[in-house]
Amino acid sequence: MKALVAGLAVATALGLAAPALASEQHPTLAEIEGEVMCPVCPGETLDESTAPAADRERALIRSLIAKGYSKSEIEEKLVDEYGPQILAAPPKHGFNLLAWVLPIAGVIGGALALGYLAWHWSRGRGEPEPHSVPRAGAAPDDPVDPELEQRLDDELARFDT
Amino acid sequence: MARAKLLGQALAVALVAALVVLLIWKVAHGSGRTAQPENFTLPRLDRSGELELASLRGKVVVLNFWASWCIPCKQEARTFEEVSRQYRSKGVVVLGVDSKDASGDARSFMRRYGVTYPVVHDGAGDLWGSYGISFLPVTRVLDRKGKYFGESFDGGPVPAADLRQRINAALRA
Repeated sequence: MKALVAGLAVATALGLAAPALASEQHPTLAEIEGEVMCPVCPGETLDESTAPAADRERALIRSLIAKGYSKSEIEEKLVDEYGPQILAAPPKHGFNLLAWVLPIAGVIGGALALGYLAWHWSRGRGEPEPHSVPRAGAAPDDPVDPELEQRLDDELARFDT
Repeated sequence: MARAKLLGQALAVALVAALVVLLIWKVAHGSGRTAQPENFTLPRLDRSGELELASLRGKVVVLNFWASWCIPCKQEARTFEEVSRQYRSKGVVVLGVDSKDASGDARSFMRRYGVTYPVVHDGAGDLWGSYGISFLPVTRVLDRKGKYFGESFDGGPVPAADLRQRINAALRA
């Protein structure tokens, strides 16, 4: 059984890795267009742009694909030509790694903070209120002022008569 | 508990203050147009090596921002070549800045239009912010001290007679 599970896991990993490797070694224009920006259109990826500059960028990518460049090599060439902002997502190394790590750290930190607050809140609600009325027969936390007690007894005695 | 709460509040205030400072710095220095031309050193496309704008101090510089995909740039390309040939011996340098463009395309453009003046490559368009560029072509004339001389010629093709008049005035100044 264990061997079967291990075999399935390996087959799944290979099944996922093969297309990724094929995409890296033999990329298509359509794959790359969604991962790089148009050089003159703020906020637009290449596949969204019809600008003449985008057409020139597409022509460059086509020529690099025809020359047998891998996806990473094409991205490197585009960065050389247009600067690092041509990539739609920042590279996962150096200072740019922060752009990947910070959101994840934020989500984890937020979840931890939320969990802590929920735990603290539920714990606080379980404890008795400091000035709550003691149950019948239980000794009060604070001794009652004898004068006040006497007045209360007198008032209650008035109702009895 | 109270101490932890105070620490949390202090951290939150510090974070907000840091973001405000960052915002102010970005607005003040980020991509704003500078009053005078920002110096730059960029790789050349007409030959190997780099060219620094400050090295042209003492000459009138016609700074033309262009790209191979820009249609008006094609229409004005021959004007800049003619101006360069006409004024070269008089202490005028036409300097092309190929911007947001692939260097191979730019070299093809230069061959096609017979560009012989120096051209540098600003593929990322890093100079757009400080030179106040939002489209191409843009042309600025700089005097011998490296300061802007007159307003920019925005869009194109550049009016050749106006450009010559501006250059002559800069040479006389």
